[in-house]
Amino acid sequence: MLELNDVSVIFNEGTVLEKKALDHVSIRIEPGQFVTILGSNGAGKSTFFNVITGFAKAKTGSVVLDGVDITEMPEHVRSRSIGRLFQDPKQGTAPHLSVEENMGLACSSGRGPFAIAVRKKEEEEFRKMLERLDMGLETRLKTPIGLLSGGQRQAVALLMAVTNTPKILLLDEHTAALDPISAKKILQVTNEVIEQNNITALMITHNLRDALENGNRLLIFQDGKITHDFNKEQKEKLTLEDLIHCYDV
Amino acid sequence: MSEALLLNAIQLGLVFAVLSLGEYITVNIMDSPDLTVDGSFVTGAAVCAMMTVAGMPNLGLLLSMVAGAICGCITAFLQTKMKIQPLLAGILTMTALYSINLRIMQGTPTVNLYIAGKPAPTILSNASIRIYVLLAIVAVIIFLLSLFFKTNLGLMLRASGDNETMVRSSSINVDHMKFIGLGLSNALVALSGALLAQYQNFADLQGGTGMLVLGLAGIIIGEAIFRPKHVGTGLAAAAIGAVLYRILYTFALRLGFAAGDMNLVSSVLVALTISIPAVQKYVRGWKENKARKAALASSKKGGQSHA
Repeated sequence: MLELNDVSVIFNEGTVLEKKALDHVSIRIEPGQFVTILGSNGAGKSTFFNVITGFAKAKTGSVVLDGVDITEMPEHVRSRSIGRLFQDPKQGTAPHLSVEENMGLACSSGRGPFAIAVRKKEEEEFRKMLERLDMGLETRLKTPIGLLSGGQRQAVALLMAVTNTPKILLLDEHTAALDPISAKKILQVTNEVIEQNNITALMITHNLRDALENGNRLLIFQDGKITHDFNKEQKEKLTLEDLIHCYDV
Repeated sequence: MSEALLLNAIQLGLVFAVLSLGEYITVNIMDSPDLTVDGSFVTGAAVCAMMTVAGMPNLGLLLSMVAGAICGCITAFLQTKMKIQPLLAGILTMTALYSINLRIMQGTPTVNLYIAGKPAPTILSNASIRIYVLLAIVAVIIFLLSLFFKTNLGLMLRASGDNETMVRSSSINVDHMKFIGLGLSNALVALSGALLAQYQNFADLQGGTGMLVLGLAGIIIGEAIFRPKHVGTGLAAAAIGAVLYRILYTFALRLGFAAGDMNLVSSVLVALTISIPAVQKYVRGWKENKARKAALASSKKGGQSHA
């Protein structure tokens, strides 16, 4: 369970450029929820993610993940329990490392630092994971990942983000940079992965239809505040029209 | 070129192959050339020289690596904890090391590796097996490094040089990776300096000048010739490149270049090799423009004849 209690994030405090990116936000995300998030540019969606990962510092309040206060925990420490996917497929993978090496990187925890990362056993495991994607990636384990298409890279990045079953998965417009067919594929894989592993997930999107058709809760951000919070039942009744009206409050 | 000269060149090339392998870690893996090298190379030579004169040549090689690793960690500390730009951090350590090296060498600019008037015995003393000793050292380093880069830690180090944003948002501590990478790199650089001291039977306080570029030259020649695709082959290519460069260097000396000219030769070689893609692009653009103009002119002529 993820809990934000009265969290504020302020950029350029005390200057004319001062901006309240998050304004006393409080919210509870229950285990197993798949929350889609909408909001115009600068509404605070990404800052919301950043304050969860530790990239942005909370000015007030606290962030609690599964009962542990992580407000002051360094970014790389909390990353162990948080999976994150970015809009740019290039951001989630290391281009010169092969597909299997990238995946080895994601599940390296557990064995020692001097253990060989990708043995025959892992190779087999990765091959099976890639086969399930049905994108022909299982034959390209040794290919430097920079040579793959954006959609393929994003698919591998998604697998990497969920390998160690994170306590929470953050998807930051992760299909926005892809062509429509790849985007659809990645979204489908996202839903499968989340369901199979029962992962708690948050997904930022600018696509109203995606926000409606995926997940079981919907948040709308505006000026650093959560202005709407639809639960599963309310969300099912929502139409595109309703959503557009929510924007011009 | 006589056989003895060639053998000498290969042996020296192998000594500098260790330098290129060390620099490979910062230049190719971490994607950030490290200027500590010109200082830590001499630190390795100085530590090893003092230990050798004291009768402990092999411990000297080992301690030179430790000293080099410490130099690298100081640069890493300046980069990560003090937020000093990577290049400046390297320059600061390098400059400070000049004084440290002079202290290690007890205030003299050169140390001769002689005990009681005779060259001190080292693993490189026996001229007939010297080349095999050096080959073994280089081979072991290549083997261990390519193995290391397949381990979990090795992958993390490679990833943090390849995509720092990704690594920052993962559970890898980027700062630790800088310490490991720079430490390891400079340990090898110092070992190269130590081997050179034992090979030449003296250590020179000024001997570090131009070492960064010299090591780079080996890496770049190896890359240009072998176009390696994997880390293992990349390391081997860098080592072979270093040996080839040393042979080239010996040739240049025979052609009448003075030893003092060689820093210029190294720099020009590195600059030229790196600029090849840019030059190719200019040439291509120039040719395309010419072709376009020619086509335009001929189509104009064609149009007039029709009219």
